[in-house]
Amino acid sequence: MGEKVLMKGNEAIAEAAIQAGCRHYFGYPITPQTEIAAYMAKRMPKIGGLFLQAESEIAAINMVYGCSSAGMRVMTSSSSPGISLKSEGLSYLAGADLPAVIVNAQRGGPGLGGIQPSQSDYFQATRGGGHGDYHMLVLAPASVQEMAELTVKAFDLADRYRMTCMILADGTTGQMMEPVSFDFVPGEPVAKPWATTGTKMERKHNIVNSLYLLPDVLEQKNIERYEKYEKIKETETMAEEFMVEDADIVIVAFGIAARVSKNAVIAARKNGIKAGLIRPITLWPYPEKIVAKAAEHAKQFISVELSMGQMIEDVKLAVDGKAPVSLCFRAGGMIPMPEQVYDAIAEADKKLKGGN
Amino acid sequence: MVVFEKPHALTDAPLHYCPGCTHGIIHRLVAEAIDELGIEGKTIGIAPVGCAVMAYDYFACDMIEAAHGRAPAVATGAKRANPDNIVFSYQGDGDLASIGTAETVHAAARNENITVIFVNNAIYGMTGGQMAPTSLPGQVTQTSPYGRDPKVCGYPVKVCEMLAQLDGPEYLERVAVNSVANVRAAKKAIRKAFQNQIDGKGFSLVEVISACPTNWGKTPQEALKWIDEAMIPYYPLGVYKDRSKEAAQ
Repeated sequence: MGEKVLMKGNEAIAEAAIQAGCRHYFGYPITPQTEIAAYMAKRMPKIGGLFLQAESEIAAINMVYGCSSAGMRVMTSSSSPGISLKSEGLSYLAGADLPAVIVNAQRGGPGLGGIQPSQSDYFQATRGGGHGDYHMLVLAPASVQEMAELTVKAFDLADRYRMTCMILADGTTGQMMEPVSFDFVPGEPVAKPWATTGTKMERKHNIVNSLYLLPDVLEQKNIERYEKYEKIKETETMAEEFMVEDADIVIVAFGIAARVSKNAVIAARKNGIKAGLIRPITLWPYPEKIVAKAAEHAKQFISVELSMGQMIEDVKLAVDGKAPVSLCFRAGGMIPMPEQVYDAIAEADKKLKGGN
Repeated sequence: MVVFEKPHALTDAPLHYCPGCTHGIIHRLVAEAIDELGIEGKTIGIAPVGCAVMAYDYFACDMIEAAHGRAPAVATGAKRANPDNIVFSYQGDGDLASIGTAETVHAAARNENITVIFVNNAIYGMTGGQMAPTSLPGQVTQTSPYGRDPKVCGYPVKVCEMLAQLDGPEYLERVAVNSVANVRAAKKAIRKAFQNQIDGKGFSLVEVISACPTNWGKTPQEALKWIDEAMIPYYPLGVYKDRSKEAAQ
């Protein structure tokens, strides 16, 4: 690790994007992600880049669409209600196979909801958000360092697969300050022969488009996109495993919920309870094989979430009935304390032992 | 001796427009302007949602198909990415003056250095003839079967007049393509709207009053006449803003 600086998570995302070669950012103010826009507004003009405040989230995502069509590494950021507005654009980006990086610093919902941290946009992020058959790559950082590293990775993945990559953060990871180092190297630039940069009268015109009026052609496009998704599942799935190997009780949690849960797992181990933690880092593709492997020995799974229970559905799909899956949650902007997660582990342990 | 040619900036794809529709004329005028200015190789067109959705197959320059109403935002992204490109959007009245009003107004307010071709035929053509933001009071459409009643659905949006109130835009002109003289004037305005962008002057919009005989329930000839008798009196032709000219005076 090189020199470390103390930064907010949102600022780390912005700086990492710049270091990844992003020179175009389009945004619209919304709490709790506005630090990203503020950072970009300050830095971009100094380095020959562009910060543009759009008239709406909808305009911002469509500016991203145009800028990505032109072959640029481009980013926008927002928080939950703003992501709903961007969802039309997310579907079009997917339909036109355009790379882009989108940050969602989630807040409580539905509706205007609140401004405190949440993970209740899990369904929206992992199922696509907009209309049609598609996925986005979804990365879930749990520290400021990871905010930076995953942002750089997001640009590389987006370009490599011509997909939208979402950083699914939350109000906590966005607002908290931690030391972070930027001594990582972005991947090699990817050639974009499809970009609309002008024919220069040297080639046939490029068309960026998501309209296919012939249903058999559209079906084939979707099948090809899903074949690509299958390859991504094989190669890009990421998760952190902590004391899972011999665990009877496995917590599954991402982002800030995973950090809270880790403390609870450590406390449980100290008290002789065989607990472990799986922290998905990619939420799409979901680390289903890692969860399924744990289900070969674990007797109980607990999904810890800052929502009414959304990821739990993916945990259940991966566990496939081999063990019970329960939910430990806070919602609406509340964050579970390690004690709450510990109590859930202890209760599960008691039941397991009582059953012997 | 060649006396008449298809512009190079149009592909060989046959246009899908209805008989008597004037989109084809407007496509040609845009392509002629691109040819004359020698900018095809660096021009990026943004196609709308609506009748002109497949413009991406007709223009020979690079093309981007935008979501409904979002073309000015997409054009902004493309232009800001590569300021040396010439970026134009081609949009209908539902696209530009209804669902995309915010994108239109703010691209104009920013004086975004783009060219907008706004085709106003007072109807949603692609979806089969529903009331548009520019449908005239009393106009019968599929969704105003007893005639557009301003008491129920309000009044038409006059785009050039509205945008002329902003400090941002460089050039706003309304033209029509229902007569030889009007087509010539339209050509001049469209060429100027591209020249302005080349000169870095900023947001230039040409509103073209266009015929939709199919959805107006008229013959092509009646439709051209209706433009003179009903459309132009409500939407007067002329220059609504020309900042460089105003500054020179």
